[in-house]
Amino acid sequence: MHPLRKQRLQLVILIVVAAALVIGLVVYMLRENGNFFYTPAQIISGEAPQNTFLRAGGMVVDGSVLRSDDSLWVQFKITDGVESLTIEHTGILPDLFAEGEAAIASGKVDENLVLQATQILAKHDEKYTPPEVADAMNAAYKAKQEEKEEKEEKEEQSGSYK
Amino acid sequence: MNWLSNKLSAGPSNESPSWQWFYRLGSPRWFYLRSGQWLPWLSLAALLVLATGLVWGLAFAPEDAKQGNSFRIIYIHVPAAFLAQSGYFIMAIAGAIGLIWKMKISYMVMKAAAPIGALLTFVALFTGAVWGKPTWGAYWVWDARITSMLILLFLYAGVMALQYAYHSVDAASKASAILALVGTVNIPIINKSVDWWYTLHQPATIKLTSAPSMHMDMFMPLLVMIVGFYLFYAVALILHTRNEILRRERKTSWVRELVTAKAGG
Repeated sequence: MHPLRKQRLQLVILIVVAAALVIGLVVYMLRENGNFFYTPAQIISGEAPQNTFLRAGGMVVDGSVLRSDDSLWVQFKITDGVESLTIEHTGILPDLFAEGEAAIASGKVDENLVLQATQILAKHDEKYTPPEVADAMNAAYKAKQEEKEEKEEKEEQSGSYK
Repeated sequence: MNWLSNKLSAGPSNESPSWQWFYRLGSPRWFYLRSGQWLPWLSLAALLVLATGLVWGLAFAPEDAKQGNSFRIIYIHVPAAFLAQSGYFIMAIAGAIGLIWKMKISYMVMKAAAPIGALLTFVALFTGAVWGKPTWGAYWVWDARITSMLILLFLYAGVMALQYAYHSVDAASKASAILALVGTVNIPIINKSVDWWYTLHQPATIKLTSAPSMHMDMFMPLLVMIVGFYLFYAVALILHTRNEILRRERKTSWVRELVTAKAGG
């Protein structure tokens, strides 16, 4: 390579490295602010800012969804596996909102540690499956669970014989 | 900028033979004539692959268990987002080659890549918004993935604007190339945003390191669409570059001959 071109190549590399360094530091500084939501554990431990508008994200706990008969009021719990947080909202929920699926609620946490949400978003995962396959998978999962339960029962019984 | 332009101009003339092929590639005339031979085949391939992928994806792939048919927008959204990012690398690398080797053609490729990339980025953002409303419950949210993708659109727009901000083509090319190079940092950020931060956007379905988290019947047409978008991108880039060659080389004898031959024949 000609020395002049080598020099220009070095300059190009310098530009890219310097830009990466500067932007990398900015991104590093933003690492917390870059998050779209807080987890229930962060909110309950007080790590999340209090008395302000925020978003909370987690799995909707199975069996926790309560609906009002005469209004659009809904209450449910979300969890990150560590803590769970109660959400209350009046309004229409997105199509993909369901128990056992991820949801993000935005609003303010009141004094009873209930998030009064003004908006509910459903979070989709990266998996895509045809309905038949999903049904088959669910059936297989159920069969496995039942098998497990049967096995446990048998073990208990055999244990009692001993 | 003066120190930079001094360093970046003043090209040497004598070069070792091992680099000769590289310079032949850089001749606008050679590229114009050769690409004219490739274009019909590439266009035909792009058309066939895109038509196959679209019909397969929209009509024959099974629907998603949770999202139903709305997931089918993935067949446009994901390939457009892929090419928006790959196209940025193509633009930045063309810019770097222009800065280092002073090849005229590479600056033309860089200029041609900007509007195509901008359009693809817009398509990715637009299809995402259309899908987001029924799925998430919002057209737009300011999460890390969507915001960094919007920055990509602005970077493309910046490169396009810089092309017209200077009277001298050379100055415009250098400035655009530097902006394009600085902006490359955004690409890994877009890519990793869903892993680095909590985002509303889901993590990547297709990964180089593991099998796709998608059923094969749904994944195959997506793969076909991605290949189709790459072919379409190549066609669009070549067409735009050829336009730029004719515009910038309009005073040379070979372009004049080409034009008179076309007009005469």
